[in-house]
Amino acid sequence: MPSISRDEVAHLARLARLAVTEEELDTFAGQLDVILRSVASVGEVAAEEIPPTSHAVPLTNVFRDDVVRPGLTREQALAGAPAAEDGRFRVPRILGEEQ
Amino acid sequence: MSDVTRLTAAELAEKIHTRELTAEQVTQAHLDRIGAVDDFVHTFLHVDTEGALAAARAVDAELDEGRAPRSPLAGVPLALKDVLTTDGVPTTCGSRILEGWVPPYDATVTRRLREAGVVILGKTNMDEFAMGSSTENSAFGPTHNPWDHARVPGGSGGGSSASLAAFEAPLAIGTDTGGSIRQPGAVTGTVGVKPTYGGVSRYGLVAFSSSLDQAGPCARTVLDAALLHEVIGGHDPMDSTSIDAPLPPIVEAARRGASADLSGVRVGVVSEFAGEGYQAGVQRSFEAAVDVLRSLGAEVVEVSCPHFVYALPAYYLINPSECSSNLARFDAMRYGLRVGESGDSSAEDVMRATREAGFGAEVKRRIMLGTFALSSGYYDAYYGQAQKVRTLVTRDFDAAFDKADVLVSPTTPTTAFKIGERVDDPMAMYRADLCTVPANLAGNAAISVPSGLSDEDGLPVGLQVMAPALADDRLYRVGAAYEVARDRASGGSLVYRVPELRESGA
Repeated sequence: MPSISRDEVAHLARLARLAVTEEELDTFAGQLDVILRSVASVGEVAAEEIPPTSHAVPLTNVFRDDVVRPGLTREQALAGAPAAEDGRFRVPRILGEEQ
Repeated sequence: MSDVTRLTAAELAEKIHTRELTAEQVTQAHLDRIGAVDDFVHTFLHVDTEGALAAARAVDAELDEGRAPRSPLAGVPLALKDVLTTDGVPTTCGSRILEGWVPPYDATVTRRLREAGVVILGKTNMDEFAMGSSTENSAFGPTHNPWDHARVPGGSGGGSSASLAAFEAPLAIGTDTGGSIRQPGAVTGTVGVKPTYGGVSRYGLVAFSSSLDQAGPCARTVLDAALLHEVIGGHDPMDSTSIDAPLPPIVEAARRGASADLSGVRVGVVSEFAGEGYQAGVQRSFEAAVDVLRSLGAEVVEVSCPHFVYALPAYYLINPSECSSNLARFDAMRYGLRVGESGDSSAEDVMRATREAGFGAEVKRRIMLGTFALSSGYYDAYYGQAQKVRTLVTRDFDAAFDKADVLVSPTTPTTAFKIGERVDDPMAMYRADLCTVPANLAGNAAISVPSGLSDEDGLPVGLQVMAPALADDRLYRVGAAYEVARDRASGGSLVYRVPELRESGA
């Protein structure tokens, strides 16, 4: 099984939106390598013909009656927001300079 | 009044319902106990004094009017794990990213507790987002094991289990994704039950690994756990994975078990859960427990579950994968922490800075591990293969339950380890879940019942009993029978042997 490099961990952190520090990268790279080597044993099981299980309870879609029922009020929904303005979530800019 | 905190939930309920005690007196006694010892054990993240007293007074008012108790546990206090939402009461999941968050709604478990007149004392400490086996991953500091202050109370629900062993609450709620109810129960000498997946609603349980997470009861006796299970369990239309069927007769099974007769019950000993990595005292306690089951009339057989050795690796791929997806919701936009905002920062900059500041090391490890396991090129070898192992673990259970009505093992391979001992060694920490994860992968039910103290270190050991999905009642029958026999042989319940705790100002 391939080991995981410091650069790969930095890439994972970018994908996962984690601004990890250089020091953390050193620590995590070593630890993730150890963990991945340990869990890679799942590959030892010959399981070509085995169906995957994603869920313990085999359920298909569960529907409810299509009727209106109360939800959160706008005030309730915004109450925990880091910033709100004019009854909406206020967020930092979502487009870059070049866009 | 100090003795009130030593009573079981069933005893408290009886005294409250016959008006020998008021619910307010009982609640106040527990609040006083929390005030006295919580600086020492640190099991609560938030104590809701006013809310608890108001709930207790409401129960008293109804009983004083001559109305029937709302439930068999009306008026009994409880400690709620801080991963279940509580309307108007902070819910942090042990994380800085949710520090100070006050949910606008109750989890179904919370709502059912309130409707049953159970008095919620406060929210208990936990590993951040329930990731951990020691409660050291809480952003708000570790909980201490009442048996030994230098040791962990297990995790992730160490606050819940320790609150029981510290006599701060007679009942608690935990959540079990890979053992987070059972392993803390084992290392604190208390009872913990992971119900069948779908048996207790996940609505309002802050999601970590959705296909594995399951809330359940924690208590000091099997009967108390059964009474609590019936209050919180059953179908909930708000959770699409909730089982639409009545609960099995759990309390009845616990009462039947108390007759200590297991004639005709086939008990399977899982041969894979022994040997290297198992503490000798834990092994001996387990063997003695099996002898007790045999003496109660059970037929003991050995069963092999060959794929259980792959359960832990599969678990530590499936769980981080679901975690990385679930925790994407913490994006600094709608709730929780936001840092790093300046004039020209983008939403993505703020998101990255917030998640870096708001999540602890274990959460970051699991998010990155899951991101890896789900990425193209690695998906088949890791996540895909783990899902196939999950099928094989379930098949092993099916075959084993053809030969036995319940399966038994130690709950966790060692007694409580020292605080700090495993924090820099994730795999050592993960191995605490070795015996508990198969039931999460397969979704069946399991309990941990105290099996005495390990002869080499004097710390509690747990006996795990596993039952097929939807057969939770078997856990209670076998667990109660074993508990009665063990208590009889050793002169009382194990938990009363907890040392006196240091009290504030004492």
